[in-house]
Amino acid sequence: MNQESHVLELCGHLALLSLMAVGGGVIMIAPEIQNYVVNGKHWMLNEQFAAAYAIAQAAPGPNLLFVSLIGWLVAGWFGAIATTLSIILPSTLLTLALIKVRTRQAGNALTKALQQAFSPISVGLLAATALIFARASNTDWRADLLTLLSALIVLKTRLNPVLLIAVGAVAGIVHTI
Amino acid sequence: MQSPVTSTPATVSAPDIDAYALFWAFSLIALSGFGGVLPFAYRGLVEKRAWLSPSEFAEFLGLSQMLPGPTICNIAIMVGHKYRGMRGAFAALAGMICFPFLLVIALGALYQRYGDLPAVRDALHGMAAVAAGLIFATAVKMGMALYRKKEPRQRQAVRTGLLLLAFIGLGLAGWRLIWVFGSLATIGTALFYLMREKP
Repeated sequence: MNQESHVLELCGHLALLSLMAVGGGVIMIAPEIQNYVVNGKHWMLNEQFAAAYAIAQAAPGPNLLFVSLIGWLVAGWFGAIATTLSIILPSTLLTLALIKVRTRQAGNALTKALQQAFSPISVGLLAATALIFARASNTDWRADLLTLLSALIVLKTRLNPVLLIAVGAVAGIVHTI
Repeated sequence: MQSPVTSTPATVSAPDIDAYALFWAFSLIALSGFGGVLPFAYRGLVEKRAWLSPSEFAEFLGLSQMLPGPTICNIAIMVGHKYRGMRGAFAALAGMICFPFLLVIALGALYQRYGDLPAVRDALHGMAAVAAGLIFATAVKMGMALYRKKEPRQRQAVRTGLLLLAFIGLGLAGWRLIWVFGSLATIGTALFYLMREKP
């Protein structure tokens, strides 16, 4: 199936992107993936991408699994497995490599500088990701308000985020009635 | 001593922590991790099983955050490697991913089937709005942690500059991630290297 060679192209893209996901995890490469599958390839709509992300966020487990879901929506089992492997393998190999050299590299001045530079960049990218997500999926001011309120609640309380997502689902349904 | 196959000796004597034990322990941790696996990893690894000491956990966490890839998976790899070398690393990683993967795909299949129903669409709209808020909250939390430590003003300025440029570049100007990340990482690393405290 031709779709499969397209998916392999997506996988190469993902493998490269996965190495840029420092600090905040794979969420910060989500806008780039969205751009690729929605605007570039027209494999799905913005709405479907946002739904895939929301579903993965509500389920237990590491949040990189939204990538598996994107792969599933694009090309079934093949897509799901291929995208998951390409997002996880490059960083896994790097981590294993680091475990081997850690003793020699600890305290190295360049490593320290790298780490100091990476943290603020990942914070900025993560905030940008939130903005891009909100712009892509929120259709009116009420949705924006919901985004802001949930951010505030998570910051100010110890409420489990999944509970908030459930509240979001209810709010979404009530809003249209 | 750099033998690639043997694992480093465990701090907790644990003869029964084999690849299977690692796989199941991380499966349990991952499946209980609604809304973020990290707190459950701490509970499962440090408090419940004593596979890591609190300071070891902090060290693994710090390293994982510095590395690319999902933090929680990097921690699984490190813990697995600590007890059973490469085999353990992959067993722990597989545990972290296998069952949640199947669960997410099952939900995806349901979405493909019922996603067009108006009520499901509306619910997902609301969920997506909250999800964006959660990402924003994570960014704010990480940002506040950056400024908690007292540091020279020059470093704070570079830090703030990198943070803002990353946000503006990706979020407002809409530049490609690879350019934003590549240029800022290079410039930032160079600046912090020049400003390092000389011994």
